[in-house]
Amino acid sequence: MNYALETRGLCKRFGAIEVTKNVGLKIGQGARHALIGPNGAGKTTFINLCTGVLAPNEGAILVGGTDLTRATPQRRVNHGLVRTFQLNTLFNQLTVAENLAIPVAQRLGRSWKPWGRTGGDDAVRAEVALLLEQLGLGALAAKKIVELAYGQRRLVEIGIALALQPRVLLLDEPAAGIPNGESGMILDLLERLPPELAIVFIEHDMNLVFRFAKRITVLVEGAVLTEGSVDEIRNDPRVRDVYLGRRHD
Amino acid sequence: MKHEFNKLLPTNALPHYRLGPMDVLPWIVALAAFFTFDTYLSLGAQILVMVIFGLSLDLVLGFAGITTLGHAAFFGVGAYAAGYYNLHVSQEPLTGLLVAGGAAGIIGVLSGLLVLRTHGLALLMLTMVITVLLHEVANAWGSVTGGADGLSGIGVDPLFGSFEFDLYGTTAYLYALGVLFLVFLVVRTVVNSPFGLSLRGIRENAKRMGLVGASVHLRLVAVYTLSAVLAGIAGGLGAQITRTVSLDRLTFQLSGDILIMLIIGGVGRMYGAFIGIPLYMLMLDRAAAINPFHWMFAVGLMLIVLVRFAPGGLMSLAERAPFNFLRSAPGATASDAKEGA
Amino acid sequence: MSSTFASLVTVLFDGISFGMILFLISVGLSITMGVMRVVNLAHCGFAMIGGYLTVAFTTMAGLPYGVAIVLAVIGTMLIGAVLERTVYSWVYGQSELGQVLMTMGLVLVMIASANALFGSSIQNVPVPSELRGTVQLGVVGLPVYRLFLILVAVACGVAIWLGLEKTAAGARLRAAVDNARIAGCVGINVKSLFAVTFAIGCGFAGLGGALGADMFPLEPYYALHYLVLVLIVVSVGGLGSIKGTLCAAILLGLVDTLGRYYLPVGGGIVIYLATLVVLLLRPQGLFGRPA
Repeated sequence: MNYALETRGLCKRFGAIEVTKNVGLKIGQGARHALIGPNGAGKTTFINLCTGVLAPNEGAILVGGTDLTRATPQRRVNHGLVRTFQLNTLFNQLTVAENLAIPVAQRLGRSWKPWGRTGGDDAVRAEVALLLEQLGLGALAAKKIVELAYGQRRLVEIGIALALQPRVLLLDEPAAGIPNGESGMILDLLERLPPELAIVFIEHDMNLVFRFAKRITVLVEGAVLTEGSVDEIRNDPRVRDVYLGRRHD
Repeated sequence: MKHEFNKLLPTNALPHYRLGPMDVLPWIVALAAFFTFDTYLSLGAQILVMVIFGLSLDLVLGFAGITTLGHAAFFGVGAYAAGYYNLHVSQEPLTGLLVAGGAAGIIGVLSGLLVLRTHGLALLMLTMVITVLLHEVANAWGSVTGGADGLSGIGVDPLFGSFEFDLYGTTAYLYALGVLFLVFLVVRTVVNSPFGLSLRGIRENAKRMGLVGASVHLRLVAVYTLSAVLAGIAGGLGAQITRTVSLDRLTFQLSGDILIMLIIGGVGRMYGAFIGIPLYMLMLDRAAAINPFHWMFAVGLMLIVLVRFAPGGLMSLAERAPFNFLRSAPGATASDAKEGA
Repeated sequence: MSSTFASLVTVLFDGISFGMILFLISVGLSITMGVMRVVNLAHCGFAMIGGYLTVAFTTMAGLPYGVAIVLAVIGTMLIGAVLERTVYSWVYGQSELGQVLMTMGLVLVMIASANALFGSSIQNVPVPSELRGTVQLGVVGLPVYRLFLILVAVACGVAIWLGLEKTAAGARLRAAVDNARIAGCVGINVKSLFAVTFAIGCGFAGLGGALGADMFPLEPYYALHYLVLVLIVVSVGGLGSIKGTLCAAILLGLVDTLGRYYLPVGGGIVIYLATLVVLLLRPQGLFGRPA
């Protein structure tokens, strides 16, 4: 059976330091899978390994059954494996529409054309307009990123990933930097994402995790501590220990 | 349906250079100069050559964000190629330009494939070293380049078979203007295109560009090669107009000079080269007669002041009120980020 | 047979002394670029300033050689400190292009000023009689002045190494090279560290310019003539690495001098090709830290 994303025995070492220890994950279509753990547990490293920014020392990464362990980051994107960043990684001096047009044009294979206008391409325009509507950013289409508020930039961050029509979406702390009370607009967007899209997200905001996730994997010091449904994890004493420390009665 | 998209996507959401009244201005000025300053046409033609050179640099620097001190390599290679072709193969000018562009393009694609994997200081160094290396080769390869003496006696056939190149530079000026116009069309088309948008994406955030599935390196090599071809054409044009080629077309000082000239006008703004380069060269022409070192001092001081107060060059000043009517479209390069942020 | 040997030794010796001056001039740049991460195309200008100040103090003010050199170095350091607090601090946050342009502008100002103050012909630094003449080592006669140069440069190299490795200030500097932001967070006054480091770097450059005036002739375009060489030494050696700068400088000195004697046409080409190869295979230089 082919999973949307599967890792087997993923290991990564930096010199003598093991940052990822034998991590195996099976993410099916339509998954809403949270990856949680204390700081330094290796969550972002895991995403970097999946996207090809880092090369694993051992293990395999499969997307839709295809082995992409040695593939370039570009090839993985072409297979539908897309990520967002914890710190906004946007095209700052370009407009919101341009930020979305770039991945759309790339996906449609129009981004090598050295003539014509991006705006003149109906297919690109249509998709960008649709994305803007989905993100609720229609009014800001012509504004440069540097003119946007932080939360709006976060939406563009996710928007760029959506523009690539991924099969697997890796979200690195989508609500990062947004005060707990205001993570609503991110949550709204996440809830409206296509149901067949497999989503793995790292988060510290537990409200988001418990509302949105269906399964949770807990990563501690580079290794999987446990995995299970939201209720199982919520009630697991080991997870409480890891986050809150042990009680000394 | 399309009407709805137009509502959600106003035209300035995906900005591009549209034809406006300001676009006609440079050409009007150039033609006016032709009729009024008929004794200065040879200087004028050389200015036009440098504007083409500056445009080619703006393509990689302003739009793709490649900081290079090695563009003189392409200019020089083009000049020598056109000179050699003229002296040994044929004196026809237009094919000479093609040869110049082709030779520079080959150097461009080879060096681009090698050096564009690096960035920052390493890239700057590599571009500088390639330029001085080619300079040494040109110095040593006397049989082809004339060594330290360079090439001279380049006599160009009449353009299209009928327009002779006279001593006053009439044909030369219009020839250069025509080539400039074509080069400008090419640059403007590329900048407005989806490819141009992807280049600006690389300039803004190469990491993200890579992770939307684009091959950053290949795109950079492509635009670098195109820019090399255009710079080579400028060099070849210069060789044909001045009828000589010398080693000073292949120095990193020339790379620095064209960079300075472009910066004065403004990088990444399409018309920066049209403003900065003629201004600089005209003032240089005046100042060289008096004292070149005073000019050098003034330029140095101006650069320092410019970097502090107007990193976007004269054209960025033009974009602030009350000059907004001069603005033509997508501007703002990464180096302006400090201003806007 | 022995005369070719003698001339080979002389050439090697010349190459090493050339390399040592190059080391003195370049070491400051390696450290400041490693610490402050500013592309500084004006660095050779400080060597030039040191040379010209020495000329001014000896020829015009009539001061003895040693005193003149010390004053020239101090003068260069002062000028460096002032420039760092003003124009350089403007470009710390800016893109590379901004730094390239600002320092290019500074070089032009330096060249024009040198011409205005000292004229465009080559200026000589008069060498005191004690340092003239040659020392006989078997069949080879080595110029005393060159020996002196090598000794001074080695002493400086040792002093820098001791300063970096053995003192608390040196440790702070090394921390700042590693990570300026974190260094600031642990209480290291990064601003004054930059200022002092920059001034010291300019001082060494000035010393190199003053001592090396016979191998590196002083004229207004000095600041540009040797820029490529110095940048090659620094980038091939590796930013922030004293060891790297020394190795690269000596290598370059040897290749350049050997080339000039035995292969006049090819010398420059060899250096540039070698630099290309090194930077393509190891963009951080031989001893630099990977990005």
